[in-house]
Amino acid sequence: MKKWFKSGDPWIWMIGGAVSISIIMVVGLLLLIAVRGLGHFWQPPIIETTFHDDGQEVVVLGTIRNAETVTAQAVRDAGFEVPEEQEIVQRYLFHLGNRDLTGRDFQWFIGDFLEEFRYPEDAIMLERREWGNFFGYLVALKRDGEVIAEGEEAFVRLPELLARSNELVGNAVSIERYDIGRINFAIEQERLEQRRIELNDRLSDEERAERIARSQAEVNRLNAEYEKLHAELVELRASGRRDALVARTSDGQEVTINLGDVVRATRANTMTIPEKMREYGSRFWAFMTGYPREANTEGGIFPAIFGTVMMVFIMSIVVTPFGVLAAIYLREYAKQGPVTRIVRISVNNLAGVPSIVFGVFGLGFFVYFLGGNIDQLFYPERLPAPTFGSPGLIWASLTLALLTLPVVIVSTEEGLTRIPKAMREGSLALGATKAETLWKVIVPVSTPAMMTGLILAVARAAGEVAPLMLVGVVKLAPNLPVDGQFPYIHLERRIMHLGFHIYDVGFQSPNAEAARPLVYATALILVLLILVLNLTAIAVRNRLREKYKSESD
Amino acid sequence: MMIEENQQGAPLASAGLANKDNRKRLSLRNEEISMQVRDLNLHYGSDQALKNISMDIPNKRVTAFIGPSGCGKSTLLRCFNRMNDLIDICRIEGEITIEGNNIYHPSVDVPELRRKVGMVFQKPNPFPKSIYENIAYGLRLQGVKNRRKLDEVVENSLRRAALWDEVKDRLNDNAFGLSGGQQQRLVIARAIAIEPEVILLDEPCSALDPISTAKVEELIIDLKESYTIVIVTHNMQQAARVSDFTAYMYLGELIEYDDTAKLFTNPAKKATEDYITGRYG
Repeated sequence: MKKWFKSGDPWIWMIGGAVSISIIMVVGLLLLIAVRGLGHFWQPPIIETTFHDDGQEVVVLGTIRNAETVTAQAVRDAGFEVPEEQEIVQRYLFHLGNRDLTGRDFQWFIGDFLEEFRYPEDAIMLERREWGNFFGYLVALKRDGEVIAEGEEAFVRLPELLARSNELVGNAVSIERYDIGRINFAIEQERLEQRRIELNDRLSDEERAERIARSQAEVNRLNAEYEKLHAELVELRASGRRDALVARTSDGQEVTINLGDVVRATRANTMTIPEKMREYGSRFWAFMTGYPREANTEGGIFPAIFGTVMMVFIMSIVVTPFGVLAAIYLREYAKQGPVTRIVRISVNNLAGVPSIVFGVFGLGFFVYFLGGNIDQLFYPERLPAPTFGSPGLIWASLTLALLTLPVVIVSTEEGLTRIPKAMREGSLALGATKAETLWKVIVPVSTPAMMTGLILAVARAAGEVAPLMLVGVVKLAPNLPVDGQFPYIHLERRIMHLGFHIYDVGFQSPNAEAARPLVYATALILVLLILVLNLTAIAVRNRLREKYKSESD
Repeated sequence: MMIEENQQGAPLASAGLANKDNRKRLSLRNEEISMQVRDLNLHYGSDQALKNISMDIPNKRVTAFIGPSGCGKSTLLRCFNRMNDLIDICRIEGEITIEGNNIYHPSVDVPELRRKVGMVFQKPNPFPKSIYENIAYGLRLQGVKNRRKLDEVVENSLRRAALWDEVKDRLNDNAFGLSGGQQQRLVIARAIAIEPEVILLDEPCSALDPISTAKVEELIIDLKESYTIVIVTHNMQQAARVSDFTAYMYLGELIEYDDTAKLFTNPAKKATEDYITGRYG
């Protein structure tokens, strides 16, 4: 036994065990997120059953979201009559939908009081733009109030009509978002121009009046254009609302739902596996590329993905030169003494400052002080409405750049120290000055180390949430920070962010049960996004390493 | 006396001088002097590494510095191109003149000096760039952009360093792909590409195998036609083979400095004799 200890084997086992546990935990975490998140897009069967309670019979129609086993005693305590000899009870969480009709989306049912599950073929699930999902039985299709198809024929014609109304609604949205958005932007620019003219005291009264009149004429022209577009929009919307479907709910009520309000309709119980897979792909794509609906609990997360990527990019562009220059100065030029030591210790400790503190600093310094002054100097015509003086993309990026600066400095410094002295001397001996040696030999050779710093910085920045809540991230941003209006990249705009989206959907949403799978799906996307960003950076680093490989590596 | 000198010259046939008549006439008094060292003292903090060194380095000859480890020969070598400036705690008194100009004068442009006094280090230290770019580095620093001129210099330098035939087909490969001996010759080619007047060699063969060493030694003998060469070596056979003059240093002092043949066969000082016959320590 003693010999076995001396051989070092126990240590190897211990280390191996620790590594295995770490790997299992990481893989387990990813699996959990992946299964919960990706499962959401799979169409489950629609179940019909009858619930018996105190002699009453209620027909239940919906999908099972969750099933769990509870002790019979707990159920008895809740006031249900469960036979004495029974010890455990199965209960099911049904997604019933029809929030507009019944007021409840989800309901628990105890298995004992449910009849056998039935899978009716005419049951449909509608994903709607408002009020969440609808579960019911398709009865008929209507055009302008007249029935055009009934029964099986209605199912056949539904996809085609739905595609038409979806396209029209899509067109209407794009007119609203892009064309009307452009006009509104131009009108706002003209308003600011007029304000600027009013504030400009170097103009004579006539000149001022003349220029304001010119600007006003432009506004009138834009308004006319807007009126035209608006009429077009109203027409499109009306055309999109031409068709409707009539459906019967589980309690026998007949409702008419306009196809303009329906995103997708699935007849789950007749779908084959390939059809379900196609539906899965389409839902996943919509999730990745769509805009959020219904207080973020439905729809897609595209603005959040876009905002996160954009912020990380700007952060990288800011942090890399600053970090690298600071490291070069500290390592190559600064006199190595107590002051440099203190600076270095401070930089290292900066990495340990809680991120919310950076958020507070960003709000106080960047947003209120810098942003406020920029507004005073460059945007006086917009005051009192802030431009840069309110949280926005640029401030979020700068705050994160500050947060990740120590990581970049430390790894660049490491890289600079690792370069053999002989390489430096070789360059100096050829008559290079210190600066030439630095830029032509030392910096290129230490780029892989800089990339390592950037990789760590990106990983940290993309996942950070707390400081962003103070300096630029919002629950729902009306516009992306990049669009077709000059200057195309709007650094002052607020952005959506995946990390904050997870928090918001998970904990701030009115319909927590509906939003839960989205939390997992969004978390998965965030992890994948960070992975993609990192893999890209690692690929770049490996190429640089290959290019500058030397004996010392 | 004549006979004696002839005999002493005999083992040095490989020193690169064709006939023995030429060989025997070597004496510092007859040489054109390239660099002069006067009363040089060098301190690392409170330790004195060089004590009152005065010597003349002859033009277009090979001068070797020998001596036990830590005797200050590398330190002295690095004084000639002011490489010691890189060490913060290093303090130098006295003067070194090249063509009458004191290189420690405050007005001296150090990069310019290093362009005139090239250096090759103990371990080959190519840059992690292509072979071509390694050679062209010094010229690019001087602002040469003409591709034809660069091509020409790269080829000439590699030819003179006897490396051209081995690398002409892979000039754009990373220099680290070369063997140690090739790398050392590459570094020498890099040094001569900028046409220095003096080349300092700091134990250039200590990291090389015997065949590479032989090649580098041949190269040194070739190069002295055009350059003043100063070499530091631990290998006394090497000093005897390649150098015209040899300086023996011990504990920061220049013990003896003379014609190589004289120093190895008939040293004036007992300490030198002890060292070269292996009785040192």
